[in-house]
Amino acid sequence: MEQTLTTTMTVNGSQVTRAIPARQHLVDFLREELGLTGSHIGCEHGVCGACTIRVNGEVVRGCLMLAVQANGCRVDTIEGLSDSKELERLQKAFHEKNALQCGFCTPGMLMAAQDLVRARKKATREEIRAHISGNYCRCTGYQAIVDAIDEVING
Amino acid sequence: MKAPSFAYAKPRTLAEAFELIERPGAKILAGGQSLIPTLNMRLSAPELLVDITGLAGLSNIEAKNGAVRIGALCTHAMVERSPEVREHLPLLAEAMPHIAHPAIRNRGTLGGSLALADPAAELPACAVALDAVLIIASRKGERRVRAVEFFKGLFETDLKQGEILVGAEFPKAEKSAFVELTRRHGDYAIVGLAAVTKQRERRISLFGFADRPVLIRPGSLEEAKGSLPKPAADLYHSSATKLHLAKVLLERAWNRL
Repeated sequence: MEQTLTTTMTVNGSQVTRAIPARQHLVDFLREELGLTGSHIGCEHGVCGACTIRVNGEVVRGCLMLAVQANGCRVDTIEGLSDSKELERLQKAFHEKNALQCGFCTPGMLMAAQDLVRARKKATREEIRAHISGNYCRCTGYQAIVDAIDEVING
Repeated sequence: MKAPSFAYAKPRTLAEAFELIERPGAKILAGGQSLIPTLNMRLSAPELLVDITGLAGLSNIEAKNGAVRIGALCTHAMVERSPEVREHLPLLAEAMPHIAHPAIRNRGTLGGSLALADPAAELPACAVALDAVLIIASRKGERRVRAVEFFKGLFETDLKQGEILVGAEFPKAEKSAFVELTRRHGDYAIVGLAAVTKQRERRISLFGFADRPVLIRPGSLEEAKGSLPKPAADLYHSSATKLHLAKVLLERAWNRL
C-alpha cells in the first residue's frame, strides 16, 4: 500500500487539504491534483528550471520537493503571480523584447527573474545571467530574455 | 521519471529521528536537492524517508572562540546571507554563490552537502581547507570528526548507521581564495580549489579532482604545482586536462594567500 499523508498548504492564497502520496513531488501535485499546469515539468531532476515556483516566498525547484514537505507552507505559482499582477512588468517586457519562442521555459524564467527584480534595484547583465543560470531556454539564446529583465530592473 | 514508492516520516525530536533512521531501508531527507533527483531517476530506492527539517536547533549560525558553528539544516542561502560567515569565513562567503543556482540554494543544506560527500562539490573542499570539525549525533551522544578524516571516498563518509550530522565548526582563517572552473555558472566544477592561510601555513583543497577533497600544504607555488597527485578523469575531461587546469587555478589563487 502506498502511504498518503494529509497535507495542508496555501496555494496562491487559497488553503487546500489533500491526502498526498509520499512519493509525489510538488509540481506533479500542482498540475495533476490542482490543475495548475503553468509550472512545467522539463527534466524532473533539478537541472532545467521549468518548474520554478515559490515556497514561503523563496524560489525553489518544484520537482525537487515532495508535495508532503509543503505541509503548512505558502506556495505561489505562475498563475498566482500573474493574477496578482506582480509579474505584469516582466510579462510586458518579455512580450515586447520577443523573449520567448516556444514558451516552455517562460513560466520558470519569469519566476526566477521576478526573484531578482524583488531583490535588486540594479543588476548588471552578468548578474542577470548568473541569476537565471539555473533556467534553460532552448529557443532564444537568452539575449532577448536578458534584455527584457534588464529593462525591468534598470529601466 | 517518477520516484518509486516509499514511506515518509517527519520527526519532531532527535530522539524520534534516531529511532526512525534505524528502521530497515531508512534514509535521511534534508533539503533533498541531491536525494530527490536520484529518487526521480530511480537511482535510489529507500523504504522510508526521514525528513529531518522539522528538528529544532539545527539552523543556527554562531561565531565563538575563533570559529563559526553552522547548523546542519542551514540552507546554502542562509550561509550566503550570514553576516557572521561574511566576517569570519570569507572562504565560505566566496564559495556559496558557486553552489548550483538560487532556487537550489534556497533548499539545499550545509549538512546535506557534507554528508553526501560529492567529490565535485564546494563545501566538502572548504571544510577540509579550513580544517573544520564535523559534529555527529547518535543515541550514544555526540562525537566530533575532523573534515580530513570524515571524507572517506566517493560519496563515502565516516557517518555510521544511526548517526546524524548536526553541524560543523569552521575555524577562522586570515586569508582565503576560492576559484573553480565550470562550463556554466552553477554547474559542478570541472576542477576547483578552496584555499586558506592559517598561521602562515597554506592549506589548499582541490575538488573535482579525486574521489574526495585533496589537501596539499605547499611552501611555494612551484611546490604546489609539483605536489599534485594524478587526478581522476571524468566523462568530459582527461586526467592531463584536469591536472593542467588545477595548475592554472593554483596560479590564480596563489597571490591571494
